Amino acid sequence: MILTIERVKKSFDGFVAVNGVSFTVEKGELCSIIGPNGAGKTTLFNLITGHLPSDEGKLLFKGIDITYMPPHRICRLGIGRSFQRTNIFPRLTVFENVQSAVLAHRGKSLSFFRPVGSLFLKETEAILEMVGLREYEKTVSGSLSYGFQKQLELGIALATEPELLLLDEPTAGMSAKETHQTIELIGQIARDQGLTLLFTEHDMEVVFSISERIMVLHQGQLIAEGTSEEIRNNSDVRKIYLGEAR
Amino acid sequence: MSKENWILIPFILIILLIPVSGSRFYVFLGTDILIFGLFAVSLNLLLGYTGLVSFGHATYFGIGAYTCALLMKKASIPFPLAFAAAGVLGGIAALVIGFFCVRLTKVYFAMLTLAFSQIVWAIAFKWNSLTGGDTGFIGVPFPQYLDSKIRFYYFTFAVVAVSLFILRKVVNSPFGRILTTIRENPERTEFIGINVKLFQLAAFMISGVFAAISGALFGIFNNNVFPDILFWPASAEVLIMTILGGIYSFFGPVVGAAVLLFLRMQVTSYTVYWPLILGMILALLLFFFPGGIVGFLKTRLVFVKGNR
Repeated sequence: MILTIERVKKSFDGFVAVNGVSFTVEKGELCSIIGPNGAGKTTLFNLITGHLPSDEGKLLFKGIDITYMPPHRICRLGIGRSFQRTNIFPRLTVFENVQSAVLAHRGKSLSFFRPVGSLFLKETEAILEMVGLREYEKTVSGSLSYGFQKQLELGIALATEPELLLLDEPTAGMSAKETHQTIELIGQIARDQGLTLLFTEHDMEVVFSISERIMVLHQGQLIAEGTSEEIRNNSDVRKIYLGEAR
Repeated sequence: MSKENWILIPFILIILLIPVSGSRFYVFLGTDILIFGLFAVSLNLLLGYTGLVSFGHATYFGIGAYTCALLMKKASIPFPLAFAAAGVLGGIAALVIGFFCVRLTKVYFAMLTLAFSQIVWAIAFKWNSLTGGDTGFIGVPFPQYLDSKIRFYYFTFAVVAVSLFILRKVVNSPFGRILTTIRENPERTEFIGINVKLFQLAAFMISGVFAAISGALFGIFNNNVFPDILFWPASAEVLIMTILGGIYSFFGPVVGAAVLLFLRMQVTSYTVYWPLILGMILALLLFFFPGGIVGFLKTRLVFVKGNR
């Protein structure tokens, strides 16, 4: 069990965003969380990564209690994350973006006098190669296209060598073609690196194609859990999604 | 050698040769520019590199000036020790004040730095027996071996050069890089495993040390120390110098200090409306040259090269 979540709860000014959610993730699994807008997916991610403190419940990562840990320590334990709204370092080049994450992860961030330009070049190149941004390494990242910025975010997350990678809507705002490519890339990287993946997504086709297990969140509660097949045939899930589609 | 280093050489030569010209005016102006250049670069470690707007940076400058002068005059401590103590105390003060400030963000951070700077100013202003209150204290004893304007000019140059050398190493180090990622995106930086508040505090403290060193130089240079150097307009002035020169360039703030001090010297000899002119310069700058003087020159140079 790499991640255990027990009855976590979070409310904002009386609005209950996450209401007693419990689930576990096995090492090496590819899991997804789906649910309509406002179901509490991003809040749940923010609870896991320490960006928000949970009101109740407990979170364990590799058996360590991370419920009240600050984000930087959770990251160091081996959870990586990408964000729904792209979250990069826009004035730095693509190379510098990834290199900074490598520096931080390898504990070189408190080195004061060594020139940064010569550190971890190979490691950074390898990650850029993996996410397909090698030829853009000198580009200022803020000027990249949206799809490339998403890929860069993935690169930053990978640079911290996570065991568990959380991706919050990795294909949000992408065209059908870009979505397809990105999902293929993510699946391949996860398998190659032996990563455990937990992601949220609104595109059902994407979810069914890649996930080994799917959890459905609705109004802050987990209402279903199972394989693609089981979720497809679940009457509650159909009601929520079909109801919303109409 | 990097391009920036080649550009530096003629400037260093000019600075070294100013006293040879025999002009007392330029030696005086040059010393002033060197001191405020270092002060502005120390502020820019926060502003341009870490993305923190400090509105109370004169505090550390003033603490440096008072510490060095007080130790020499009241405790007869030799100059080198008093000078070093100024840097140390500036760092400690920044550590204590910064501890509270980095807990807040953006405008609240700026306001808290201002609040602390007003407290320090009030202490210097009211604690007559120690600081001499409103009038400050006059006659900071010059160390014998610096007792000429030209010698002090070279001493200032040496201190500023070493300080800038160290600061430049720091901003080009992994630590400096992480500061820029904090400027760009603190939330993301937290999630590459960085304790953002700790790094901000470290930057605040380093900045305080070098501001205090420039302040100690200023006290000796002026031969007196008075509470005005701690008052909020002093913090605003160094902020203007930094933005004028350009916050995204290491030497930008030095250029800003040079231009502002030179202009002030010229303008005040013709008119008493210097604040009016300063206000206009600032307004034009913010509208048309948001990258400051150096930022503007850099984009121009790239433009010219691109056209060839």
